[in-house]
Amino acid sequence: MNSLSLIPQLLLIAWMLPLASFVVLLVTGSFLERHGRIAGFIATTSIGVACLLSLAAASIWLGANPLSNSSHHSAEHAVPLLVGDWYTLAEFGRVKLSFGYYIDTLTLAMFVMVSFIATLIHIYSFGYMHEELHEVEDSQVPLADGSTLRRPGRFSRFFQYLSLFGFSMLGLVVANNLLMIFVFWELVGICSYFLIGFYVERPTATYAGNKAFIVNRIGDFGMVLGLAAFLTSCGTLHFQQYETSHGQRYPGLISYVNTLKHSPESVEHSAGDDHGQLAASRNAAPTVGSHSGSSLTYSLLVLAGLGLFCGCVGKSAQFPLHVWLPDAMEGPTPVSALIHAATMVAAGVYLVGRSYPLLTPEVLLVVAAVGTITLFISATIATTATDIKKVLAYSTISQLGYMMLGLGAGGWIAGLFHLFTHAFFKALLFLGSGSVIHACGTNEMPQMGGLLRKMPWTAVTMLIGCLAIAGAGIPLWIGFSGYHSKDAILAQVYLFGTNNRFLGWMYYTALLSAGLTAFYMFRLWFLTFTGEPRDASIFTHAHESPKSMVIPLVILAFFAIVAGWTVPGTRWSVPHLLEQSHVKPAFEASEIGRVGGLVIPDEEKSHDAKIHALVSIEAFAAAFLGFGVAGLLYGVRWLQPAEIAHRFRNIHQFLLNKWYFDELYHRLFVRSVHGLAFLAAWIDRVVIDWTVDHLALAVRSLAHADDWLDRVFVDGAVNRLAVVVYGLGAWFGQWQSGRIRSYIVWIVVGLVTLFIMGSIYFGLASHCVVGAS
Amino acid sequence: MFSPISPIHYLFVGIVLFVTGLICLVTKRNIIAILIGVELILNAANINLVAFSSPVLFTGQVAPLRLDGQIFALFVMILAAAEAAVALAIALHFYSRFGTVDVDRGDSLKG
Repeated sequence: MNSLSLIPQLLLIAWMLPLASFVVLLVTGSFLERHGRIAGFIATTSIGVACLLSLAAASIWLGANPLSNSSHHSAEHAVPLLVGDWYTLAEFGRVKLSFGYYIDTLTLAMFVMVSFIATLIHIYSFGYMHEELHEVEDSQVPLADGSTLRRPGRFSRFFQYLSLFGFSMLGLVVANNLLMIFVFWELVGICSYFLIGFYVERPTATYAGNKAFIVNRIGDFGMVLGLAAFLTSCGTLHFQQYETSHGQRYPGLISYVNTLKHSPESVEHSAGDDHGQLAASRNAAPTVGSHSGSSLTYSLLVLAGLGLFCGCVGKSAQFPLHVWLPDAMEGPTPVSALIHAATMVAAGVYLVGRSYPLLTPEVLLVVAAVGTITLFISATIATTATDIKKVLAYSTISQLGYMMLGLGAGGWIAGLFHLFTHAFFKALLFLGSGSVIHACGTNEMPQMGGLLRKMPWTAVTMLIGCLAIAGAGIPLWIGFSGYHSKDAILAQVYLFGTNNRFLGWMYYTALLSAGLTAFYMFRLWFLTFTGEPRDASIFTHAHESPKSMVIPLVILAFFAIVAGWTVPGTRWSVPHLLEQSHVKPAFEASEIGRVGGLVIPDEEKSHDAKIHALVSIEAFAAAFLGFGVAGLLYGVRWLQPAEIAHRFRNIHQFLLNKWYFDELYHRLFVRSVHGLAFLAAWIDRVVIDWTVDHLALAVRSLAHADDWLDRVFVDGAVNRLAVVVYGLGAWFGQWQSGRIRSYIVWIVVGLVTLFIMGSIYFGLASHCVVGAS
Repeated sequence: MFSPISPIHYLFVGIVLFVTGLICLVTKRNIIAILIGVELILNAANINLVAFSSPVLFTGQVAPLRLDGQIFALFVMILAAAEAAVALAIALHFYSRFGTVDVDRGDSLKG
């Protein structure tokens, strides 16, 4: 037990290292811009050490909780779990906002995978970004005078963002509550925004960065609503039981949802139901607080789950919000590999997996449906794209759709397993494409061709990536990593379709898209590496990439092959690792009754040999068909692609324009917002400006009137008074002759006057008195 | 035909003196003459004071000494002496400033 308590500390250090690297690079940025390599070493070392620490944590964990031999253990035994808080932000009664850890095998596996791939991509970036070490001439930014932009290199800044991303992604993975997930969710989003717009001088890059950011906001809006629903109904965002600073222990979201499950009477009714209370107190035996504070109802749970999934749709580029990911390819290729293929876009899938016990069958149905639509649409678009990175971007969207479909169909392990294998082979493919772009200086596949001779390492590793993503393998025995994970998903979806008759189309769509996947991946490979060079100057300049780029390719190729395998002689494999923390959906069948008879099948049933055999062979057939068509069109060239494109030009145009999603959104949202803005501007100009102008005029004339009044009456009165006072003063002044004799005369005159007046008065008075007497 | 000398006669002398002094004040331009006029007026006042302290005027009331007017007159004489000293100093200063004793030359306080 002692060694287990070491795991959170190891992960904390591993999590903090990239942050430390980010801070160091941020503070010393201006110095390191001139010594970029040091910045690269700092960032790479920090993430590399983080990777080693997480590996150590994982091995401690496996030592303490060995993988069980039985694959049917999860129902009987409690899932081994380490939960706790590292740092408390704030506490409001029972509401606790904190940064904490939730460690099970899923967390550990994600942590190791993220830090490992990030390390490889850091190393790769040394080679790929070396131009940024000195002054860069950006040929894609024409200036007004006809020359191109020259700017200082930004090597250090690139690694600074990568470090911040590493920190954010690891925080997202290790989080024990939805609030922390949301915080790091937004942090990875901002890193993605920074790195898409890394070449800020290119208008397309800033546009793409804004697009990614805004589209993600739409998803996050739903996510915030989901969080709010959970917080108001349960008073917590922690997944598991947590402890406040007063030592009180409160249940987490998962136990609230389980309470709901065990008291079906409370479904659709208020939580004040007596029965629900009873069940609640039974379940809450080890905790102090009962569940009486919960106002969670089934329909609210559905809404909250849909809200959470809304965030995942944005982050993982699912169907209505998938438009940002292809544009995000404006960023440097290592970024596309790390953020927009292997880790960040998989965060949506991870969140669905992490919050799986909170999702109801209705939500899972939506997840599966969105996944199916996404995987088909993007697979079809990928067949016509000519930009090598755009093909891979649409393929990423499609594979994320597979994961969502797998999760939605009840295949928790299958979906997350595909997340892992996909991370390896898609990072490999992106790094390979980066190597090609580095050599050719262009993204356009029609200008490449025949590069196999020039860059054999890249070509072979990319071929492995293509085989892995296409799910190549010998049916029923062994194959590349994609073969294992994709078959697991397809088997689960098949089972899903047989359990719910009206959902059979999902399986066939997924199967068709598996064929399309093989087709577009080999189209990419044949167009790039075989045939005659289509652009002589590009071909002559092409060269194999430096070692720092080839070595990560080779390592990733190795994992792209073996990630799906079981270590010989043991039961160590990714699915078995995940099985230890296997969670089941909260409800097996839809309880509202509106989605009639929806059943989420148990994942173990899809391991049935018959289903597996059927699905394996069908998937292999589909993939082989796709490979065959690609080979005919682009490999041996028995058919002319241009001719076929011309014959089906309507469909071709439709696909080339990406199903007109951008145009649709432009019409629907951008135009309407513009219209609204114009309307607002018009109102502003015509109504508000007019009112303000006329108000101003009125005030001005009022002021004039007031001014006139002021000048004429107030000033006039004051001036007149002054004139009068002055005149009086002057008049009195002339009496002040300064001549003493005239004063005396006036004194005498005054005295005499007084005397006369006095005598008249007193004389009259005495006369009166005399008269009266 | 002649009535005994009564306060009215003193008052008459007093008024003659007062008017003489006043005319002297108003008509003379010499500062010394003006001072003489002031002295005349003061003495007119003295005569009045003495006149009004005449026993004839005390009907019924008993005053212990009946010398109030005379004492006031003595006070006035002493004050007049002091005043003469001050006034002569002013006159000297006036002369040293304007080079004359003509008061009409000194009209610096003209408003």
